[in-house]
Amino acid sequence: MRLHETWDWLVHSPLFLLLLTVGGYELGRRLRARTGHPLAQPVLVAIVVVAVVISLLHVDYADYRSGVEPIAFLLGPATVALAIPLHRQTHRLRGIVGPMVAALMAGALVSVTAGILIVRALGGSEALARTMGPKSTTAPVAIALAERFDGIPALAAVFAIIVGTFGAVVAPGLLTLLRVRDPRARGLAVGAVSHGIGTARMLHESPVEGAFSGLSMGLTALATCLVMPLMVWLLL
Amino acid sequence: MSNVIIGLLWLLGCELVGEVVVRLADAPIPGPVVGMVLLYVVLRVRRTPDSAPVVRVGDYLLSHLQLFFVPAGVGVVAYLATLRDHAVPVAAGLLGSWLLGLVTVGWVMTVLLRRSRVGAGTVGAVSEEIE
Repeated sequence: MRLHETWDWLVHSPLFLLLLTVGGYELGRRLRARTGHPLAQPVLVAIVVVAVVISLLHVDYADYRSGVEPIAFLLGPATVALAIPLHRQTHRLRGIVGPMVAALMAGALVSVTAGILIVRALGGSEALARTMGPKSTTAPVAIALAERFDGIPALAAVFAIIVGTFGAVVAPGLLTLLRVRDPRARGLAVGAVSHGIGTARMLHESPVEGAFSGLSMGLTALATCLVMPLMVWLLL
Repeated sequence: MSNVIIGLLWLLGCELVGEVVVRLADAPIPGPVVGMVLLYVVLRVRRTPDSAPVVRVGDYLLSHLQLFFVPAGVGVVAYLATLRDHAVPVAAGLLGSWLLGLVTVGWVMTVLLRRSRVGAGTVGAVSEEIE
């Protein structure tokens, strides 16, 4: 019996790590289906499950990361696919392109600037500031921008998940409090700061809010790509 | 099944062209984002319907977008100490910039819409769900 060798092979094998990751995600999906609460995000459940299991099994993050490369690879084509909801909702832009571009450019500028300045003002490191800048975009773009501008990709993913989830829980009520009542403005605002997770919530509110939130997350990803180089150059 | 292959070819092709373009231009933009713009142009020009392979494969990938950033997110285990040491700037940065962004977009859009007096677009329903 080569118990020890087999065990060591097992916990480091891509097969086991892929199974663990997809299994954690599926567990999260079931949890969300049962509770229906916006806090029950499959990605959060999966991250917690995987983090706990690999820590208990003493598997390094580097080993885990290379094992699950096939899953991470799909982030690229999925990002490209964000063009599809934009294409489908383009008819809604008719007549309001100007206001939308103005609102979303202003939003990206404020969000990136505030993220960088607040972190720096409170004594956070430059790497943290470079990670906070793009965190309002959809996670794949936040990760890519953090990589590109010497931030911390892992934290960019987690920051994006946190603001997404937070927005899904509190944004609709907060917007009502702020007297933002037009469904287009509401959808746009949520998509701009809470990307896909916020969009899923807005789809439950109304189709118009969901559609504009989806448009907003795609366009905000673009706007943030334009704003980030400028703000990093100006502020850091 | 051949449809899945055709859809994947479009997505990967756009991503590849995007990656090549950002390297040639030395542009500080992620390659897949350029790929997204490229695919958008293709979809508009060809007036691609929802039944097209690239749309079906893309919609499927988007419905499980959360799965694909679990590997990156798990990396947070290496930064738990950083988060603890910088809890205040991180929490304030997240909450502050999120709130300011939300207010900016919501109010700017409300004011501009009121000025242009465009009727609320309430026609059509959405079927896609992006995670």
